[in-house]
Amino acid sequence: MIRLEKRPEPSKVWTVATPLVAVLLTMVAGGIMFALLGKDPVAAIRTIFWDPLFDPQFAGYSRPQLLVKAGPLILIAIGLSLGFRAGVWNIGAEGQYIIGAICGASVALAFYPADLWIIFPLMVAAGALGGFAWAMIPGILRTRFNTNEILVSLLLVYVAEQILASMALGLLRNPEGGGFPGSRNLQQYGAASNPELIAGTGMHWGVVAAFIAVIFAYILLNRHMTGFHIRLAGQSPRAARFAGVNPARLVLLCLGLSGGLAGLAGVFEVAGPAGQISIDFNIGYGFTAIIVAFLGRLHPVGILLAGLLMALTYIGGELAQFMLGLPAAAIQAFQGMLLFFLLAVDVLTNYRVRIGKGATV
Amino acid sequence: MNLGAIDPVLLIASLMVASTPIILAALGELVVEKSGVLNLGVEGMMITGAICGFAVAVETGSPVLGFVLAAVGGAVMALIFGILTQYLLSNQVATGLALTLFGLGISAMIGQGYRGIKPPATPKLDMGPLSDLPVVGRILFSHDWMVYFALALVAAVWAFLKFTRGGLILRAVGESHDAAHALGYKVVRIRLAAIAFGGACAGMGGAYISLVRVPQWTDGMTAGAGWIALAIVVFSSWRAGRVLLGAYLFGGITVLQLNLQAAGVPVPVEILSMSPFVITIIVLVIMSATQRGAAVAPAMLGRIFHASS
Repeated sequence: MIRLEKRPEPSKVWTVATPLVAVLLTMVAGGIMFALLGKDPVAAIRTIFWDPLFDPQFAGYSRPQLLVKAGPLILIAIGLSLGFRAGVWNIGAEGQYIIGAICGASVALAFYPADLWIIFPLMVAAGALGGFAWAMIPGILRTRFNTNEILVSLLLVYVAEQILASMALGLLRNPEGGGFPGSRNLQQYGAASNPELIAGTGMHWGVVAAFIAVIFAYILLNRHMTGFHIRLAGQSPRAARFAGVNPARLVLLCLGLSGGLAGLAGVFEVAGPAGQISIDFNIGYGFTAIIVAFLGRLHPVGILLAGLLMALTYIGGELAQFMLGLPAAAIQAFQGMLLFFLLAVDVLTNYRVRIGKGATV
Repeated sequence: MNLGAIDPVLLIASLMVASTPIILAALGELVVEKSGVLNLGVEGMMITGAICGFAVAVETGSPVLGFVLAAVGGAVMALIFGILTQYLLSNQVATGLALTLFGLGISAMIGQGYRGIKPPATPKLDMGPLSDLPVVGRILFSHDWMVYFALALVAAVWAFLKFTRGGLILRAVGESHDAAHALGYKVVRIRLAAIAFGGACAGMGGAYISLVRVPQWTDGMTAGAGWIALAIVVFSSWRAGRVLLGAYLFGGITVLQLNLQAAGVPVPVEILSMSPFVITIIVLVIMSATQRGAAVAPAMLGRIFHASS
């Protein structure tokens, strides 16, 4: 008989090893899935994980894309991880990302065509505030009325999507766009654009912000009282109360931080890679970031690596779509599978597997 | 604007159709939560059911077979969640989310070849003279069999939870898994059964959207219905009868806003489209403010059960 025995402490080895095992298992299962779709599994895995980085033909284009895609994922996932550690489940980052982008773009378009250095900083502030405010809705409803923040934050994503559509078709529509939906392109508006900082790297201000967020989160969690409270509240809510942690404040802090960071990701995206507010502006970063947060073990450095890996699956997925005709949805299923395997293997971190009847009670 | 074009009888009749997927999904989730498990993957199971049902109905020409296989598809997805949370003791919130993300991907993948196809029609039930009754006939007796199946299921779940021994055991597991375990009940197996039932219901609900309500296949077509179903379980205070009320409320708003859009009311389309979600949030807030202390929720909801001895 197979039994599980709770470890007194999570295993250090397995904490690091489980994401790697999960990635390997996902490659195997994904390969089987690709084979069922009639594609060569080895070629598919190679196209997704290897070619974007090392293929001489594609790497020139793909490598910079790695940071472009990883930036928002890391930025959002860092915020989410703080909440997840404390048992505060913000799963509506997609909505906060949209609202942040809309707020940032609104500031830029309000100033158009002025050319002032202050515009970009104002946009960034507006984006962060927008995301923060959108996350405060579930936050305040949770602390005031005890409403489940999981459901509210998620339902608000659908509301945000409708606001996005309304903006793209109405208030923010490009007056010179010939009636097509979508705002002016901010990339062509110097004072508001978020350009590539070092040519050929994909590095833009959003990536810089993501790196800063990683460092900030690391210090917060390891060297700061608030970080200790966050970890404590997640591990033992009762002990946290005895230690004087104010649960309502912690909920607001976690939601506010994650909302603000998601809003930042939105504003950097709309001013940079996306360029404009359009109906299909959001492509699911807010949801993929949940996978990134878990894959990174809710640890800032882990999230950095996980964000890069997820970005790779996005780019590799596009490449596989183009080269092998692999459906776009396959890569989405692949990402979901990764989270499944991670959660499954995670049992090894917290439990010891015992085989046989074992005498220990 | 032409409000006169909205026929109240037709409105109520279509309300019953619009709320059927939500009734099914919410009812399944109600049973799951009563056993102490929180499965946030309703949306993923619904969309999987939607494509399984659609594909099978198109290939075989039989909507009934479609619904059956949709239930199987939903249950299989649910069992992935079940194995992860019950045997591998993973976090239920995270696993439920994974189920939704995975379901959206896998359904879009299966659905590639099925875009733009019309499924075989699910016929309306022939109720003879009943359907010819003036107002009542059109509201109550002019639907397909799934509408009545969903209503019957509400009654069945209500009776099961209230009157049967099985229902009592299920609730005991949800209120205190340690006590139930000490009494010799197989907590994990009971929960797996509940989870599979929840998945089957969600799958049928999804298939109802793709086979009857829309009826065609588009990626991500459940569009938040699974999350609404989760909210309605909270709204219902974990009671089967109230699930019906909540689903009708939501179905009513959905149908009404669609009718208002069609009638050209001078309110932006986006405001009307977001109204079901906004109202769901408002209702959630009212319910949670009055349910303070959360004494109505199953006590073990979302807790991990690990039999240490």
